[in-house]
Amino acid sequence: MGFDVMGTEEKLTEIIAAHRGREGPLLPILNDVQAAFGCVDPAAERAIALALNLSRAEVHGVVSFYHDFREAPDMRPEVQLCGAEACQARGVETLVSAAEAAAGDRVRLSKVYCLGLCSVGPAARVGDTVHARLNQTALVALVENA
Amino acid sequence: MIQSHPLVRIADDSLALACGADAVAAVFTATGCTVERVSSWGMHWLEPLVEIDGQGFGPATPADVPAILAGTSAKAIGPIAAHPFLARQQRLTFARAGRTRPLSLDDYAETGGWAGLKRARAIGREEVLAELITSGLRGRGGAGFPAGIKWRTVAEAPGTRKYVVCNADEGDSGTFADRMVMEGDPFLLIEGMAIAAHAVGADRGYIYVRSEYPHAIAKLRKAIGLAILHIAPFQLEVRVGAGAYVCGEETSLLNSIEGKRGEVRAKPPLPALEGLFGCPTVVNNVLTLAAVPHILSAGGAELYQRLGVDRSKGTMPVQLAGNIRHGGLFETTFGMTLGELVNDVGGGTASGRPVKAAQVGGPLGAYIPPSQFHLPFAYEQFAAADALIGHGGVVVFDDTVDMGGMARFAMQFCAAESCGKCTPCRIGSTRGVELIDRIRAPTPATADAVASLPQMHNGRKSGRSREEELQLLEDLCETMQFGSLCALGGFTPYPVRSALKHWPEDFEPKA
Repeated sequence: MGFDVMGTEEKLTEIIAAHRGREGPLLPILNDVQAAFGCVDPAAERAIALALNLSRAEVHGVVSFYHDFREAPDMRPEVQLCGAEACQARGVETLVSAAEAAAGDRVRLSKVYCLGLCSVGPAARVGDTVHARLNQTALVALVENA
Repeated sequence: MIQSHPLVRIADDSLALACGADAVAAVFTATGCTVERVSSWGMHWLEPLVEIDGQGFGPATPADVPAILAGTSAKAIGPIAAHPFLARQQRLTFARAGRTRPLSLDDYAETGGWAGLKRARAIGREEVLAELITSGLRGRGGAGFPAGIKWRTVAEAPGTRKYVVCNADEGDSGTFADRMVMEGDPFLLIEGMAIAAHAVGADRGYIYVRSEYPHAIAKLRKAIGLAILHIAPFQLEVRVGAGAYVCGEETSLLNSIEGKRGEVRAKPPLPALEGLFGCPTVVNNVLTLAAVPHILSAGGAELYQRLGVDRSKGTMPVQLAGNIRHGGLFETTFGMTLGELVNDVGGGTASGRPVKAAQVGGPLGAYIPPSQFHLPFAYEQFAAADALIGHGGVVVFDDTVDMGGMARFAMQFCAAESCGKCTPCRIGSTRGVELIDRIRAPTPATADAVASLPQMHNGRKSGRSREEELQLLEDLCETMQFGSLCALGGFTPYPVRSALKHWPEDFEPKA
């Protein structure tokens, strides 16, 4: 995220202001920043640290701890494929290579551990939409349309 | 023939949506029917399940709609409530499942909602704590600690600021009961938390939900907005996680809410005495808190403690998942055997092949072979067999599963999700993956390059034999089990050891 982009700094200030008075404001701020910009980059870390009276190291420590936060944006569409035990038992591993081939470099295919659809796997998530009972055709179509 | 424009009920939880419920609902709406979106009955193999006048049809697709309306559908399952999968259950926590609209305050109040909270306020704190202790309710998150004792500790702890925190970071594979409560009956959880707040003297609460559950987060936020006057002066807020499995551990969860890295805290101090922001805090799982309104309704505690076996009182929402024919939510009193759950209720595997193993209690639970399916589903009985019931998830595997691979996955998962605070978990899990790889390698490993260096006086100068590697894995498991700070490192040995014990052939070298 560069501060040369119009409105970026304002947006960040707005997010920080929205949560500042809460108990434990850091995680809600980081979640919103990640959602708005696709990442929490060093510039954002600096601004958040300043606003919350934390050191940059403290903020960076939190950012780097959680899987959801990225340091640089990845603008590709993302398909999250569940790889936990229940989906493994339902054969998700046999679908991975076809999904990877369909994804190529265009789509970010990431493994997540459990979408809570363990009785109807293999399951995947695109944005806030969830999909279940995936076979190879359905998963490849999902990746291609992502 | 069904009347031309009947009232159609279809679930709107994320599982039904993932199976295509919206498309089915849209076709019914287009034909002029009124569609009511309700919670899921929990019969997941039948989702999307369509209900018309109590009759069920599923799994329904948009193409099935004309036949359903004409009364000629082959997907008719008869009266839903009488379905054997439901008729065998004893639903207390999930009494409303399938029957009410999740965000309807009217539906909630008409089905006994708020009765527990009203009664709790009427009988006073001491009596609430006494009834919860009488009920024998134990924490449903996995540890099984008596909820009433925990609440009493918080109630008696000094301090004016206290918190109630709900652990809704349901990260275990094979579990979805928390999600079903949050998406299907959110007011139940809110009422349970309000009762807890009343009992311990807290005025603020948090529900920590994992980010993988966007539907649950949205429903809870709406529900809290609707229920605000019912629970006042108690204030409740949803906090969203950020993809860390370890934040399901209670102290790590508290750190996360505080805006810190989700690292585990050493105990003591117990969160009941020094929890969120250093204040006395009740931390309970969704299912624990959702069981409370029923217990606090008139006669509820007495009924609850009469159900179950030994010290496992009441009911447990068992989640049947993985390669199982009839997967879903099965709430039953403790004591049913694992075999009954997997074979009779669940109907065996979905693939039709023989059952090889069931993993009970999530990624940190033991793999149980069919020869031990006589185990009754209860805390102590499972513990005696080196297993745990955890959050009540049962993941079934057929005979194609490679148990050596599953043991490796358990270590790999622990390595990926370790918070890094304690060494047995952080390093041990990575060493575990390497060790299992060496055990399964077609050729035995040669001497380690670093260990062979002249300055490594205690280093081993030759490669280990297979027996020695297995012994080393056993030692590593013991170190992790007894040396880790929390259940992540401490319980990872359960799946590894159980796989090694019951399926040693799957650890043979693979070509």
